[in-house]
Amino acid sequence: MGDDTPYLLDGTHWSGPTGIPHLLLAHLGYTGVALLCGIAIALPVGLYIGHTGRGSFLAINAGNAGRSLPTLGLLMLMVTLMGLGFLPVLIALTVLVIPPILTTTYAGLRNVDRSAVDAAVGMGMRPWQVLWRVEVPMALPVMLGGLRSAALQVVATATVAASVGLSGLGRLLIDGLSVNDYGRVVAGAVVVAVLAIVLDLGLGLVQRYVVSPGVSGRGLRRRGARASAERLDPDLL
Amino acid sequence: MIDYLSNNSDVVLAALRQHVPLAFLPLLIGVVLALPVGYLGVRFGWLYHPLLNASGIVYSIPSLALFVTLPYVLGTRILSPVNIVVALSLYTLALMARTVADGLRSVDASLTEAATAMGYRRTRRLLEVELPLALPVVLAGVRVAAVSNISLVSVGALIGVGGLGALFTRGFQLFYPAPILVGVILSVLLAAVTDLVIVSIQRAVTPWSRASARRA
Repeated sequence: MGDDTPYLLDGTHWSGPTGIPHLLLAHLGYTGVALLCGIAIALPVGLYIGHTGRGSFLAINAGNAGRSLPTLGLLMLMVTLMGLGFLPVLIALTVLVIPPILTTTYAGLRNVDRSAVDAAVGMGMRPWQVLWRVEVPMALPVMLGGLRSAALQVVATATVAASVGLSGLGRLLIDGLSVNDYGRVVAGAVVVAVLAIVLDLGLGLVQRYVVSPGVSGRGLRRRGARASAERLDPDLL
Repeated sequence: MIDYLSNNSDVVLAALRQHVPLAFLPLLIGVVLALPVGYLGVRFGWLYHPLLNASGIVYSIPSLALFVTLPYVLGTRILSPVNIVVALSLYTLALMARTVADGLRSVDASLTEAATAMGYRRTRRLLEVELPLALPVVLAGVRVAAVSNISLVSVGALIGVGGLGALFTRGFQLFYPAPILVGVILSVLLAAVTDLVIVSIQRAVTPWSRASARRA
């Protein structure tokens, strides 16, 4: 130490296995894999519960149950039970993805105007068609909101994964703390925070353009046409 | 696990005692600050969307990143519990400000008009009509904030202040699951009890909403 170059501006910190690009890629890798696993489990279950209304107790309570699970504890418990490695961390991260996806998928489907569903059935649509052509498109804003909170949760927790020996941006924080290199700690915090914010804004844009204009009211000239619709806040489900 | 509990009950209780104020103090600070901020987002309509965006940005900052950065911003020591309290207050404020705004916006306009017609001035109308009617939404937010605070406190263990999180790091260092399991269970229990208490408060203070459960 002793040099005054800020960590992020020092070229040596941008290459090699401890360089920021490498850590960033590892971080995004953990996040992506965990999100995919979580979605693969929670989406079908959420669609089933939302479409049929069966097992809604599970979907309603998953959100609060998931929030109450302490991330760090879950992570460390998995590692002490299964040993060091990616699999225990992946399981812990996946467990965190499931509740937001499950609850928002369920709430999104349940919140669809019943008359639209009845009309679809009346037009002769099969249950599968009702689900994919009516319910899912109308529930999409809420479902994508759930994806956003799941993604943020995983990006944040992937930081904590460095404390159980994994790579990712958390390395900058954990290693920086252990050797009292505060420049590195702050650099890591800034990169992680920027990553999370960019991810959130990016998913927000996706949400804006994937949702049908008929649902979002985007491009409608009449102001206030959708303003009265109550916002279903995915963070509160 | 039972052995661990009986041999280390003092350690576990001390961790729990440290955990509770670290979770609830920020809840209180955040909610108290959020009431005026959320109100401003409704009173001045142009502030509502900037408020939503700012809240989303703060809420998306990972907790560990915030915990380790705050000492530089605040000039506190890295081991100071103040960092945790400030960080969790910020999250609570971010979540609650938009919840308060959404709650106030959810109040039926005809009711506020009726109150105005009955001669209520702005402040009294806010305190006696709008705020009580916004309570179901606001308290739903308080539940979420309380439960997330309780589980987030433990991340502080990575910087040496974490209540029940100290049991996680200890168990991890010894590669011994019992303390971690005890910590996880206590944390989840604390969250569940808190949630139940808030739900009971909600029932007591909003008797009119009991008939129709609003949460889908």
